[in-house]
Amino acid sequence: VKPASSATLGFVPEPLAQLPWKIILLILAIGCFDLLVLYSAAGGHIRPWALSQGIRFIVFLGGAVILSRIREDVWGMISLPAYVVILIMLVGVEILGKVAGGGQRWLDLGIIRLQPSELMKPFIVLACARFYDLLPPSEVRKVGAIWPALLLIALPAGLVMLQPDLGTALMITAGGITVMFLAGIPLRLFIIAGLTAPVVGLVAYNYVLHDYQRNRIAIFLDPEKDPLGIGYHITQSKIAIGSGGIWGKGFLNGSQSHLDYLPEGQTDFALATMMEEWGLVGGVLLIMAWFAIIWWAMGVAMRAQGRFARLTAAGLATTLFFYVSINMAMVMGMAPVVGVPLPLISFGGTAQMTALLCIGILMSIDRQSHKQATW
Amino acid sequence: VSRPPRPTTEAAQTYSFSRRAVMVATAQGAVALALAGRMGWLAVAENEHYKLLSESNRVNLTMIPPRRGWIVDRYGHAIANNRTDFRVDIIRDRLPATEQARVLKLLQQLLGLPPEQIVRIENDIKRAAGFQPVQVAENLTADVFAAVQVRLPELPGVAPTAGYSRNYPAAQAVAHLTGYVGAASAEQYQKTKDPLLITPGFKIGKDGLERTLESKLRGEAGAKRVEVTAHGKLVRELETRHDIPGHVQRLTIDAGLQEYAARRLGTNSGSAVVIDVTNGDVLAFVSMPAYDPNSFSDGISHLEWKMLSDNDHVPLMNKVLQGLYPPGSTVKPMNGLALLHNGVSPEDRISCSGALRVGTGIFHCHKRGGHGPLNLKQAIMASCDIYFYEMVRRLGYDRVAPIARSLGLGQKFDIPFSTQRFGTVPDSAWKRRKYKADWTVPDSLNASIGQGYVLANPLQLAVMASRIASGRALTPRLLMNGPATIANPLPIDPEHLAIIRNAMYGVVNEGGTGGRARLNIPGASLAAKTGTAQVRRITMAERGSGVLSNASLPFKLRDHALFVCFAPVENPKYAAGIVLEHGGHTVTNLDTPGIGRDIITYLLDRDKALASLAEVEPTWGGDIATRAAAETAAYKSQISALQAVQTETDATAPTDAPAVEAATDAANSSAAAIANSALPAEQGSPEQ
Repeated sequence: VKPASSATLGFVPEPLAQLPWKIILLILAIGCFDLLVLYSAAGGHIRPWALSQGIRFIVFLGGAVILSRIREDVWGMISLPAYVVILIMLVGVEILGKVAGGGQRWLDLGIIRLQPSELMKPFIVLACARFYDLLPPSEVRKVGAIWPALLLIALPAGLVMLQPDLGTALMITAGGITVMFLAGIPLRLFIIAGLTAPVVGLVAYNYVLHDYQRNRIAIFLDPEKDPLGIGYHITQSKIAIGSGGIWGKGFLNGSQSHLDYLPEGQTDFALATMMEEWGLVGGVLLIMAWFAIIWWAMGVAMRAQGRFARLTAAGLATTLFFYVSINMAMVMGMAPVVGVPLPLISFGGTAQMTALLCIGILMSIDRQSHKQATW
Repeated sequence: VSRPPRPTTEAAQTYSFSRRAVMVATAQGAVALALAGRMGWLAVAENEHYKLLSESNRVNLTMIPPRRGWIVDRYGHAIANNRTDFRVDIIRDRLPATEQARVLKLLQQLLGLPPEQIVRIENDIKRAAGFQPVQVAENLTADVFAAVQVRLPELPGVAPTAGYSRNYPAAQAVAHLTGYVGAASAEQYQKTKDPLLITPGFKIGKDGLERTLESKLRGEAGAKRVEVTAHGKLVRELETRHDIPGHVQRLTIDAGLQEYAARRLGTNSGSAVVIDVTNGDVLAFVSMPAYDPNSFSDGISHLEWKMLSDNDHVPLMNKVLQGLYPPGSTVKPMNGLALLHNGVSPEDRISCSGALRVGTGIFHCHKRGGHGPLNLKQAIMASCDIYFYEMVRRLGYDRVAPIARSLGLGQKFDIPFSTQRFGTVPDSAWKRRKYKADWTVPDSLNASIGQGYVLANPLQLAVMASRIASGRALTPRLLMNGPATIANPLPIDPEHLAIIRNAMYGVVNEGGTGGRARLNIPGASLAAKTGTAQVRRITMAERGSGVLSNASLPFKLRDHALFVCFAPVENPKYAAGIVLEHGGHTVTNLDTPGIGRDIITYLLDRDKALASLAEVEPTWGGDIATRAAAETAAYKSQISALQAVQTETDATAPTDAPAVEAATDAANSSAAAIANSALPAEQGSPEQ
């Protein structure tokens, strides 16, 4: 992507012309499509979902555009302090939860309910990237390059697991590990880890996971086991997608969602709601749109100049990738139901905010690399 | 092995990053393809499958139970039909246990159910398989039904249905003919998994014709299709497929005669069968007393069940087919045919002195002083035992038995009932087979007066009468399917038949034992033979001091009273067989000759028969419904209502159920006891 030419659009102020319009338009397109889906999920009404989702979308997209104006080195500077602050908030949530009794995941700050675990998804990437940025190149293949990063990952992941929120913990871990991989940690370590993962998984399954999480995995492996509980979600979601066919049942015509057979049809299972009405065509277009954003983000990483910028961009791209692919796999019965929403499609501010925060940072890095290229 | 340079410098790190970023992007691309592939698999390859599932989610199919085919009589009058019925059931699977008490309380309030009904429903819910509908109430008014429907959201597991229920206008009078219907049992559902069987309001035949004609009467279910939400809320109605009613089954029965005969039997524990002599059509098939098939179909209350089981008149037993009785003197015309067939002259005389010594035993005639010398006709008219003792002693019973069989005794008939006891016509080969013993002279003597080993059911007695009347090998027919077939003539000389018919005419019209059966219709006359079957042994001592009168004996020890007849004598049209268990000839109005006369009168002059019934019916407590109500009230006063509903019983009792089998066996055991008596010397026929 070349910097927007100010010569052809002389009347447009330069900062506006410099915005990555192709990506913003793509995100706008996904957001507007989402409003249609939520409008239909509510039975043809803008309430209770489409309207509030739309307002939030505009606010967060505006926020992302503002973030894109922040200089790249600011992200580097705030990354570790921000990580520490979020970690403290996670501990705070844990303590509050213990006091209040029950798994509380958010801090009530008066104006908004903040989910620190959600903020951790991008900031674990920033923190790890910052760590490897500060590490001298000669140290990267030593043990000292590994354990601090693992600690950075394990602390928030462990706290989130305590909440308990398997999906978010997995995403934090995956984001951090991806940065470690891109930073050049020896490949054989990942191969060994990959080989021992089943053993670790088995141990975790038996000793770490909560009953309901174990149950979800067992049901994922055999949805028929629980036709009226979680298995019901998977079964109904597959029915919605499968019955949509190639072209879908048509806008406002989805019986699975409109007759309440599809649970969580506007949140985690919004993909099924969408595909019932828009069919395979809608599903494939959404995948194409999302992976266009992800590959744009990978492109940003490739073009970025500094080590921090490269690792951050690629890490955030991977965070978005995990968001999208875990949700889609889960909705289509390819992964356990772990409660990961589909960003920009599922109803709810948290995922919307995280996704646009990632995109805001990515746009900021993108802007920086262009500047350096032109200067 | 070419390895990339170790990324220890910044340049090397950049190179390593690019390589690994490409790996990551490639992996992401692979995942994107996998996701798209999965979408394609679900939406294209599995599309049909999921479309079907989606449809079955969206559309709720409610079966409409088919209207059951009517059972009509030979003239098309309804014997069993359907009436519209608003009913409420509970399906336990859909009723959370925690909600049960609240739901029952609300239902009790809405439907005004008495407390013992709630106890019954609770018991039924406990015992029913979860998917089986448990009846809460039937025959509701439209208002009450609407009240339940309005409150339905508060009543989980409650299923109100507007449908049809089986109706038997003649109630008890047809109970043992039609049987009754009821909800299918859990086993029946497990066998076929037919969803119709567990549809609320659907009933299948449990006994009698309802059971044997089930496949023809059932029809095909309809289906109501509605769009519903996951929470069961109705969104809109889709097209409905109507049910196809079952086929109408036309019987040979004359519904008017059936009801008349049932009423005319009065308080007797008895049965009556009337046959059209021209073609074998069964015109009446009555066993009384009986249960009310309407209330059986509604789900019988435990009180009602207990009352029926306790009754010594065995209302649960179909006496026409399951009652086996020693036919007594009603076999004497048949014996006469056997004698003539074997060369005895109708004028050959035997002198009756009142007793006959055979070996060490003495066989008595029912007339203590004896009848003096008698020819065949006189012997039949007077029902003399000595004449038949002596004649059959000379002839041997092995030469009588073939004639008995040709008249239908011991024969099983092809009629649509699941159980049939068809009695015995004994002979020496039979006895050797069954008891490994030789036939004795006393055996012949006992058989000659229709006692001993001889057993018959009331249908066989009626068939015997119809065959004597027609001279043809008629077989009884209950279903009016196709034209009647003309039966073959019996292998019996028509002249012999004429002699016997004349003797039976004499029984009624020339001073014989059946004088009270004489018809009061100008130009028409009845021929008959009376019979009495002893159910106890009369001891020497009792005979010495005078045989006890039946009225002074307990009910179970009284003699059976039997009667066979046909009319009009000149050109027989109807034949009948009547058996009164322990009837004992105690009350004239309720005795066999009067009943036989009135049943035949109904066929020849209906108004006269109805008038005479109106006259006598009040003497035994009114018509069937009146007496049943009085009996129930009397029974209820003996037993507290709550105690009655708590008695756990199987509410469905077809005639071959163990309980009924036992009752039937008990009723028949007295006959068997006599038949197997080791001391035949004390036998006698206490004919009046």
